[in-house]
Amino acid sequence: MSAHAVGRGPGADGRAVIVGASVAGVRTAQALRREGWTGPVTLVGDEPHPPYDKPPLSKQLLTGAWEPGRAVLLDGPAAREAGITLRLGSPAVRLDPAGRRVSLADGQTLSYDVLVLATGAAARPSPWRPGSGLHVLRGLDDLLALRRDLELPGPVVVVGGGFIGAEVASAVRARGREVTLVDPLPVPMARLMGEEVGAHFNGLHRRHGAVTAFGTGVESITGRAGALTVRLSDGGALPAATVVVGIGSVANDAWLRDSGIPLEDGVLCDEYGRVPGHLGVYAVGDLARRRLPGPGGPQRSEHWTSAVEQAACVARTITRPSAPSAEASVPYVWSDQYDWKAQIVGAPGGARLHRLIGDPDGSPARFAALYSGDGARLTGAVLVNWPRAMLMARRLIAEEGALAHAERELTATGQVSRA
Amino acid sequence: MPELTADLGACQGYANCVVAAPDTYDIDDDGLVVLVRTEIPEEDRARVEEAARSCPVSALKVDGK
Ligand SMILES: Cc1cc2nc3c(=O)[nH]c(=O)nc-3n(C[C@H](O)[C@H](O)[C@H](O)COP(=O)(O)OP(=O)(O)OC[C@H]3O[C@@H](n4cnc5c(N)ncnc54)[C@H](O)[C@@H]3O)c2cc1C
Repeated sequence: MSAHAVGRGPGADGRAVIVGASVAGVRTAQALRREGWTGPVTLVGDEPHPPYDKPPLSKQLLTGAWEPGRAVLLDGPAAREAGITLRLGSPAVRLDPAGRRVSLADGQTLSYDVLVLATGAAARPSPWRPGSGLHVLRGLDDLLALRRDLELPGPVVVVGGGFIGAEVASAVRARGREVTLVDPLPVPMARLMGEEVGAHFNGLHRRHGAVTAFGTGVESITGRAGALTVRLSDGGALPAATVVVGIGSVANDAWLRDSGIPLEDGVLCDEYGRVPGHLGVYAVGDLARRRLPGPGGPQRSEHWTSAVEQAACVARTITRPSAPSAEASVPYVWSDQYDWKAQIVGAPGGARLHRLIGDPDGSPARFAALYSGDGARLTGAVLVNWPRAMLMARRLIAEEGALAHAERELTATGQVSRA
Repeated sequence: MPELTADLGACQGYANCVVAAPDTYDIDDDGLVVLVRTEIPEEDRARVEEAARSCPVSALKVDGK
């Protein structure tokens, strides 16, 4: 089985190695089998835990509604049944694309015919380093450490008002704890959905008893678990038993630095996940910085649904290289905060808010915010507690539907559902 | 025939299933999945299963032959 056969046709008996064992990696491995790959499939993960899913970390696993076992994506028996070899507990540390070899930290070397890079992203490290008691949340070990520290009495401070910070604040409130959420932006969600709708998300925190210190930076965090002090740029200081920092992510691409694989906070690849200049090498999920058709530079999607779709597509492209397959659907991300299930479709960020339909202040709230990039077509929407409207918006965005039409359809559903 | 089941206690209304296979899945006004059909013909199985796999909380299952 030569690499060239893989490039030319369905050389489905080659050795497939997938590095990174969360949702993108696991789904790629499973999809390769479904697509008829008969050669060995090896899935490499740095963590010792059975592969697990990330979204519950800031939701059900943090409130305590789920125990970690529930988030497992692939256990030993399921892997054996699917013919997937799990190599867990040792990170990949080097890639030699010319020799088609991946080296692991434990000294093992894996040879491949097809390589899928799926090492995802890590939490952006905290610039503040108190003695203890400061947490980020990206993996299971982070969660377990945070859950342990949440046993300490006293207030919790969350730095960063994006999705992760907001979900952590919500989960910590659900545990009955005092929370202050700090972000240098006056309306942290504004970048994603504009000032007006973002302001409703600010209000959501306050309605549920979280204190917000927005428009305020962090100067320093000192002390230790149970007795921390967060000093703010406005001169204030917040005592905290525990601090959680959620200030974005960085791609886990450091291990590829000397490999010649094109990197730019992630692995540069085309819309099919193929890495240019490296036949048989693909990138999927949060690690993949894809050059998509249309304007705009290459982008990393950091959404679960996209990771799942990319995995299915890359497996098809690997098994049928002459008919590569790309993710077709509209960008979609959800976020669960307090009693809001927020769903964001398309690209409301950068587009103009056209209209807000429904009631953002009700209890429960239900609304749809419609956005347009060009004033004519629906290009993005933010929906709260209204999955049917999300489906409608998602379809209309895919069809490049007229804004006026979207507005009519959504207003009509809104009336039906309230009747 | 393969049978499709939904765990309504787990469903969160994320609606990925409806996007993937709208002929089989729908969502009601409260945001819970509605199975349009539960007996899945063999020829639709792969597509219905792919939609089930797109559920972030694994609320959907296709079982049996
Ligand atoms: C707390 C949290 C909540 C989220 N909530 C949502 C949500 O509500 N909705 C949504 O759409 N998305 C959400 N996301 C985003 C979503 O989880 C990601 O898009 C998804 O996990 C991407 O999957 P991935 O497999 O590409 O990358 P990752 O999940 O980052 O997984 C990569 C894996 O590779 C491993 N790895 C890294 N380096 C190496 C190495 N050198 N060798 C071997 N293994 C390595 C890592 O340990 C990790 O397990 C959330 C993410 C987090 C962290």
